[in-house]
Amino acid sequence: MFDFLKDYDLLGAFWTTVQLAVLSAVGSLIWGTALAAMRVGPVPLMRGFGTAYVNTVRNIPLTVIILFTSLGLNQTLGVSLGANDVETINFRLAVLGLILYTSSFVCEALRSGINTVPVGQAEAARAIGLSFGQVLSLVVLPQAFRSSVVPMANVLIALIKNTTVAAAIGVAESALLMKEMIENEAQLLLIAAIIAFGFVVLTLPTGLILGWVGKKVAVKR
Amino acid sequence: MSSVLYDAQGPRAKRRNIVFTAVFVVALGALLWWVFGTLKDKGQLEWALWEPFFSGTEAWSTYIWPGLENTLKAAALAVVIALPLGAVLGIARLSDHVWVRVPASVVVEFFRSIPVLVLMIFGLALFAEYTNVSSDDRPLYAVVTGLVLYNASVLAEIVRAGILALPKGQSEAAMAIGLRKGQVMRAILLPQAVTTMLPAIVSQLVVILKDTALGGAVLTFPELLASANTMSGYYGANVIASFTVVAVIYIALNFALTTFASWLERRLRRAKKSTGAVLKADDAGMRGTSATGTGGTL
Repeated sequence: MFDFLKDYDLLGAFWTTVQLAVLSAVGSLIWGTALAAMRVGPVPLMRGFGTAYVNTVRNIPLTVIILFTSLGLNQTLGVSLGANDVETINFRLAVLGLILYTSSFVCEALRSGINTVPVGQAEAARAIGLSFGQVLSLVVLPQAFRSSVVPMANVLIALIKNTTVAAAIGVAESALLMKEMIENEAQLLLIAAIIAFGFVVLTLPTGLILGWVGKKVAVKR
Repeated sequence: MSSVLYDAQGPRAKRRNIVFTAVFVVALGALLWWVFGTLKDKGQLEWALWEPFFSGTEAWSTYIWPGLENTLKAAALAVVIALPLGAVLGIARLSDHVWVRVPASVVVEFFRSIPVLVLMIFGLALFAEYTNVSSDDRPLYAVVTGLVLYNASVLAEIVRAGILALPKGQSEAAMAIGLRKGQVMRAILLPQAVTTMLPAIVSQLVVILKDTALGGAVLTFPELLASANTMSGYYGANVIASFTVVAVIYIALNFALTTFASWLERRLRRAKKSTGAVLKADDAGMRGTSATGTGGTL
């Protein structure tokens, strides 16, 4: 029953999924934080740029973005992101697409955390004579980060599931392997169960652990 | 203008802002200059490649409109089927009976932790193997199946959150005047919860609409994204132009939905038609952590 599995690199495919997720998560965290900083900062032009970026990118399907990185950036404009073989190029393009898309959600998650901090907290901090840097680092940001753990966890889980979209440009990850296995083997339900189980293993613990952490650290108001 | 992060600005801060703005303008300008330079070098700014969209209706009537029709059809079907299913699952999760509550919870959590694409691929094979749906219709069936399974679970969570957001006194008062459990749900809780849930449901439409594009990319479903692909082949590899037009259509549709959802949220908050707090209309995947923490729809 399970002997057809030795013809396929199941673990390798899920390893690709994990790599896509981890690299995109790190990239989105950096770019998303930068976007959030622009959106809540005092410079009107940066605020406008951040808002425009988030509202535009959030409303384009991820599939369109990832397909565009391959057909548009790579095949039309010749962007190769410093790789030479097709597999590496597609992998990097997929990560780029995932970062561009997920960052807008990371930005919104962080902003929702900042929005939970009442203005009175900052006013009180200033009233006892703390400087701007101290207000941010001691009072406002610690509370904001603690409130954004749960929304960030949701974004991370969605990102893990979204890595499957990379199959659209031929990155050899789990969804593509599933398609291939279904075409060649007459084991539909078993294959679906295996792939589904793989994703449950990836997403459920992530959600449970981060959900628990989020509840634990969140500021009770 | 004072936010939690900074105070009203004095002269020094204003000067600093001007410097920041200048630096940012230069950086943005450099980026745009590079983008347009590359486009020009590759001949992607030629009028011939953009012309089909601005002169004549061929591009619109042959490619874009049929694609958009399929996108909207799949999304509409998915919503119509997923809503009642989600309502049933959501209410089942609130049941007093363990043998109803647990299976419903397992189903919801399972389908929320699996990518939509995996469900769609599974659906395609399922229809090929066990039904006699013609191969032309199969992609549509598969896309709708995947969307329904996933979104019914998400909507179930929204329904549950909407009902739980109502004050406890509502069901207590209903019980006190002698209504049965079913009557309490039907006559008291659901009508009020529907109001509180509306913005979140409209936001979920955006997610559904975006996910239909998966069918075009992976399952040969002839929707808007797939039509961009065939279109760029027909008009001499105008990939950039085709994708730009299609992206603008998606943005317009979804932005309208998002704006409508937040307007609805504000209006319902003001109207006080329901006793519960109106659920937030964010589509940033911030819901569904109430129970176990699997969730997040982007």
